[in-house]
Amino acid sequence: MVSRFFEEAMESIYMEGKTPVFNMAEGPIPGEMHLSNGQEPCAVGVIAHLTAGDIVTATHRPHHQAIAKGVDLDKMAAEIFGKKTGLSGGRGGHMHIFDADVNFACSGIIGQGMGPAVGAALSRKMRGEDGVAVAFLGEGAVNQGAFHESLNLASVWKLPVIFVVEDNAWGISVSKKQSTAVEHNAVRAQAYNMPGRFIADNDPIALFDVAGVAIEAARAGHGPTLIEVETYRLAGHFMGDAEDYRPEGEIDGLKAKDPILVMKKRLINDGLLTEDQHTALSDKAKARVDAAITFARESDFPAPEEALEKVFV
Amino acid sequence: MENERKLTIARAMAEATAQEMRRDNSVFVMGEDIGQLGGVYGNTRGLWKEFGPERVRDTPISETAFIGAAVGAAQDGMRPVVELMFVDFFGVCMDAIYNLMAKNIYFSGGKFKVPMVLMTSVGGGYSDGGQHSQCLYGTFAHLPGMKVICPSNAYDAKGMMIEAIRDDSPVVYMYHKGLQGMGWLGTESGATVHTPSEDYTVPFGKAKVVREGGDVTLVGIGMSVHDSLKAAEKLESQGVSAEVVDLRSLVPLDRDTVFNSVAKTGRLIVVDEDYKSFGLTGEIITTIAERDISVLKASPQRVAYPDIPIPFSRPMERFALPNPDKIVAAYNEMN
Repeated sequence: MVSRFFEEAMESIYMEGKTPVFNMAEGPIPGEMHLSNGQEPCAVGVIAHLTAGDIVTATHRPHHQAIAKGVDLDKMAAEIFGKKTGLSGGRGGHMHIFDADVNFACSGIIGQGMGPAVGAALSRKMRGEDGVAVAFLGEGAVNQGAFHESLNLASVWKLPVIFVVEDNAWGISVSKKQSTAVEHNAVRAQAYNMPGRFIADNDPIALFDVAGVAIEAARAGHGPTLIEVETYRLAGHFMGDAEDYRPEGEIDGLKAKDPILVMKKRLINDGLLTEDQHTALSDKAKARVDAAITFARESDFPAPEEALEKVFV
Repeated sequence: MENERKLTIARAMAEATAQEMRRDNSVFVMGEDIGQLGGVYGNTRGLWKEFGPERVRDTPISETAFIGAAVGAAQDGMRPVVELMFVDFFGVCMDAIYNLMAKNIYFSGGKFKVPMVLMTSVGGGYSDGGQHSQCLYGTFAHLPGMKVICPSNAYDAKGMMIEAIRDDSPVVYMYHKGLQGMGWLGTESGATVHTPSEDYTVPFGKAKVVREGGDVTLVGIGMSVHDSLKAAEKLESQGVSAEVVDLRSLVPLDRDTVFNSVAKTGRLIVVDEDYKSFGLTGEIITTIAERDISVLKASPQRVAYPDIPIPFSRPMERFALPNPDKIVAAYNEMN
């Protein structure tokens, strides 16, 4: 819920200064903005098994993964606003969320978080230290060389790494059907001699169970797993995306399957949550996000010449 | 020389890496054919036998994955020394190099270190064709976030390898195939020099005046240092005293040493085996032009690779490469 409130805040703040004329360069949050509304289960179902010491590499759409991993929310919001108090003092922005304290790194380039995840897993294996690396990617990334090279390398070296494909069915405007030769990317795991698992219908509980087995196997030295999650991108690829490529009615259909609402209903039906408890949790999450946004808004911009620092260490 | 201990660059690189691996368990090597084979250019010879396949890892032919993996391992506290067999192969893995390796320190505000060495062979002159003979110094030096070095002799090769491994930032360590001292490939004998057995470092960003002179400054790196030294001999026979500057590193670049030399001689010829346009030669001339153009007594000259793909045929390749005679001719055209 923190993630969803965060994205809703991003959605509204992003449009500040961008109406009536949309100009990506304007407003308190300029640049591209890729929201993860609807894809929260992919992050939560996997990262719930991880500790701060485990490694996550994320994508150009990283907010839900970062929040699940425990990236400092204040500093992350400030980074997205380009403020001095941001994770990297404003040098990275929304597609480059890095938090060394919780071993979280990003790449805005499709598929390019995978190599570093393999390397971090190699590092832990070589040092004999506990640690699993999880590389998140979209279904569009599976047609990149990096995907195939990384799966092969992780398997050959039996590394503790999990590859999680968030299949939202769309690579910007090109559908998976148009771009991908197999119906389920999980089958590609066979080519690299590792388990491949498919999670239908954005189900966080099913994912949690499968990820638990995969992560336990990785920690025990049994090597990598590929997990494919059927998920739903409730927003455009980026803010300002007119989404003309979607078939009519698709978004309404997806909104009916909004995983936050589905999960709430499921927990209440199962007697695990009451309306009051839900309201309390929701209020708490909202307050956390509000505090982060306030922190970001009130923080100062970096001195422009700080841009020249931190190229090398 | 008493107690002289001549090593090839290949052996100097391997010795430096071995010494660092003994000193620091986080140092490891990976790349194609760097294990039992000892590297196509001999620069990892002996490491596999001493340290075993865990720390000296042969990789699949997957540069995107293993260079990306080096970035992830470096961020996680290891010190990988990773090999891109030929610099020409950067086309299949440049994202891992310039978007990950070179930018993650900056994107993390300096909180992630990326202590890795990317060693890669450069240079031609042996008819290996246009995808196995390039230098590309300028291509790498142009992109911010990585140090770029190239030793011209074994002493520097060892000291710069140790410096590179200990650096917390990424270093692209370019070594010229024609200087490696491989038995199966002709080599420049001037690169095989006395190399101390103990460990030592050669700092980056410090060019070296390898020959003093008063009439003209010849600036080069790697192989072009040796071309310049031979040209200086020829010039001496016509009564011209040439100073030769070995840049040793492009990033950081020692502009002071270049400027001070040119301020003394008043003439500048830049020699480069990399492509002529938009590269090293232009950058060196700019260093003088921006600081004080009045020190120049004549227009600076450049002897560099023409802007063509590298041809296979021996006479065509030799025609295109820099050589001492071209440098002498360039001097004689200056006044």
